[in-house]
Amino acid sequence: MTQPVGSAQQAGGAHSAPRLALELEKISKSFGPVRANRDIDLQVESGTIHGIIGENGAGKSTLMKILYGMQGADSGRMLVNGKDEDIRSSADAIAKGIGMVHQHFMLVPTFSVLENVMLGTEGGALLADGRTATRKLLAEFAEHYGMRVDPDALVGSLPVGIRQRVEIIKALKGGAKILILDEPTGVLTPQETEGLFDILRVLKADGVTILLITHKLDEIMAITDRVSVMRRGEMVGHRDTKDTNPQELAELMVGRKVLLQVDHTPANPQELRLTVDGLGARSKAGHQVLQDISFELRAGEILGVAGVSGNGQSELMETLAGMRAVGEGGFDLLGHRVDARNPKGPDAMRDLGLAHIPEDRHHHGLILSFQVQENVILGYHHGPLTGQGLLMDRDKIRQHSERLIEEFDVRNGRSNVLAKHLSGGNQQKVVIAREVDAVPKVLIVGQPTRGVDVGAIEFIHKQLIALRDRGCAILLISVELEEIMSLSDRIIVMNAGRLVGEVARGQADENELGLMMGGGRAKPKVPAAQGEASHV
Amino acid sequence: MFKSLGTPPPLPRWAEVLLLPLINIAVAFLACAVVIWALGENPREVLWTLFQGPFLYPGNLGYTLYYATNFIFTGLAVAVAFHAKLFNIGGEGQVTLGGLGVGLLVMSLGPTLPAILMVPMVILVSAAFGALWALIPGYLQAYRGSHIVITTIMFNFIASAIMVSLLSGPMMQPGQMSPQTPPFPSNAVLHKTHDVLHWLGFDQVANSPMNLSFFVALLALVGTWMLIWRTRLGYEIRGIGNNPDAAHYAGIRVPRIVLLTMAISGALAGMMALNEVAGAQQRVILNFSGQYGFVGIAVALIGRNHPVGILLASLLFGALYQGGTEIDFNYQSITREMVTLIQGLIILFSGALYYMFDPWLARILALILPRKANPEGGPS
Repeated sequence: MTQPVGSAQQAGGAHSAPRLALELEKISKSFGPVRANRDIDLQVESGTIHGIIGENGAGKSTLMKILYGMQGADSGRMLVNGKDEDIRSSADAIAKGIGMVHQHFMLVPTFSVLENVMLGTEGGALLADGRTATRKLLAEFAEHYGMRVDPDALVGSLPVGIRQRVEIIKALKGGAKILILDEPTGVLTPQETEGLFDILRVLKADGVTILLITHKLDEIMAITDRVSVMRRGEMVGHRDTKDTNPQELAELMVGRKVLLQVDHTPANPQELRLTVDGLGARSKAGHQVLQDISFELRAGEILGVAGVSGNGQSELMETLAGMRAVGEGGFDLLGHRVDARNPKGPDAMRDLGLAHIPEDRHHHGLILSFQVQENVILGYHHGPLTGQGLLMDRDKIRQHSERLIEEFDVRNGRSNVLAKHLSGGNQQKVVIAREVDAVPKVLIVGQPTRGVDVGAIEFIHKQLIALRDRGCAILLISVELEEIMSLSDRIIVMNAGRLVGEVARGQADENELGLMMGGGRAKPKVPAAQGEASHV
Repeated sequence: MFKSLGTPPPLPRWAEVLLLPLINIAVAFLACAVVIWALGENPREVLWTLFQGPFLYPGNLGYTLYYATNFIFTGLAVAVAFHAKLFNIGGEGQVTLGGLGVGLLVMSLGPTLPAILMVPMVILVSAAFGALWALIPGYLQAYRGSHIVITTIMFNFIASAIMVSLLSGPMMQPGQMSPQTPPFPSNAVLHKTHDVLHWLGFDQVANSPMNLSFFVALLALVGTWMLIWRTRLGYEIRGIGNNPDAAHYAGIRVPRIVLLTMAISGALAGMMALNEVAGAQQRVILNFSGQYGFVGIAVALIGRNHPVGILLASLLFGALYQGGTEIDFNYQSITREMVTLIQGLIILFSGALYYMFDPWLARILALILPRKANPEGGPS
């Protein structure tokens, strides 16, 4: 149990002809009429990093769940290290030497690192033996792979990057030779991502086979040896990474030519629309979630808010949209003061001309069990969209919804389809259509392209730029640094509920932004950040 | 685990709304037939009595509709609240208060006003008292976070205590031993349907307690349908029920809608007093609410919270109540409680086990019906 991976390596693996760690033949899986995986063939060479890339809903996660035994395939064959295996549960997978790091960590936050790693392999009735063994294991990991973690630190208090390290140790502790990582970089800063890649390279050198699932092209290019592309449940191509390029991969993923770079024209900022001064807010439990936030937003510009997820961006959006009470300070929105003494609810904000595309369309943006036509009036149902009478004007609503479906290219969209039956990208288009069509003076956008496929991302970005050029003031919040950098005219960076700096478009450098997102001090030339930087 | 079966295809809507409930009710009756057989009676005969009882004998249809009226009001009350995901179990208490309100109004005004003024007031007061009784738990839920299930149950007990103390005290008919008010003057009653029909010249109609409040109930069905699916308020009620976070995002004031929903729900429950108090008894008697407030939960459940479903479920339950009386009359070994058993089975199969047959039915239908082309193919 306590053997690290290296010592379990089989002799001869490194220098003989390419050996396959994993081989899939004609794997198929259906959910009702939906064929999530169709005749998937996949060969993963031992000791390589193999990327699997595809849009959301392409069937990547289903395939991984089949590999890890969480779901059974309907048909097909799976070979692990050349042997025909029938993996029926994750326990089976672990026994066959397959480890998995899930997108959402499976850790107990109130346990220490040691206790988390020990979980499931405690040994006897008393914990003493297990503790000693696990402590030794952690020391070996630190020495062998440079994966240093304080065994006694509480997992809940660790930064996300370190938590992920604990997950990897857990996945490898049983001597796993195949490691599956499901979208591992979604919650990491660029620096943490680089740290993760370093670890992956060491593991690879040690003979571990790594399957990396992602929808980010740059990661595939940066770290993988070979890449397989999935589209609509099928494998559409396998490439050696050195022989391909992002453009080709994107086209394989989407099935047509796509514009990877946004056509960003220079902004033409006009009058002030939103002035935030010294804004603060608290969570229900009384924690300070926003502190001393000050910035300005003008008509005709996009202000990007960069930051690692969970550093107060959501709270900032909610406060500005009227969904969360203002604590300290306040803001001027279109000439109206909003602070603790003059609260305004979401309805009042909307009446002033503020629209809000929330970052979580399932929780806030849509009522999934409502039809599309009921969703396109959400928040505007007291306005002219629903007519004048005592009863809502159903014809008018349907016509409105049909026009939006047409204009915003909601695929498979009919007015009476339930929102939950649309794909993620089309759901997002419904939200964006509703808010953009209201012709807001100020628009707050959160994660506009989260879980949205490449084709729809292109469309959504174009919409935002067009809205800006029509004179809307846009506050864009996203954890995708690339999105912030390609769309914004100015960028502010948040960390631990505070602003840590401001960067103009063009001056933005991914590394510098990454440092600021991680709580590093901004360069002195940025005035807003003086003495404000906090540390994790 | 169920590898070979896979996930069943989704059930067509017509099958879910129509076929599945019919199958569930059929299975409930089948289970009941087994019980009757075990008791030594002929299930076919007994069930036939149960079926023809409510409809064939003179006046029995009137009884069926009279019972159904109660179920429509209490079923609607539960359904309206449930659209906002509020579980109003306080129908019983709201019915009681509605009746007490009517009693107080009639006793204080007496036979002074003409019926054209008095009857609308009776209707309004029954709704207002029911609404008020639901508003208090609604307020506690919306602004204090006290769970509505707990508070409405407690308010049932309080209502019942108030009723006992008033009916055995200030409201009791002088010179009587039973806890009831004096009979209402004729200006304050909803007339019996057979009286109206006799007056219109249909002499052969048999007597029954069915009264004009049945038509108020039908109006309430239509009104509730309009409210929930055609008005902005109904949209907001369904909004907070389906996703309170999104409702908050949309600027809907959730606490306010909770209050309004509970008021409407309570008003509908309170109006059941029209049937029992102003229509059938024409006085307030002890425990006139007769557990209809609770059975309303089952009615709403079986009616899937839709007015059409509630109408059908109310007719079914009304027929069962009346049929139960017939069985009681005709058989020695089977009592009226058999109906409660059937009710229980129907609730079990239509409510708790609603989706038991769903996967099987879906598979069978998928085999029979021509397979529609899957437009996308992908799992997008």
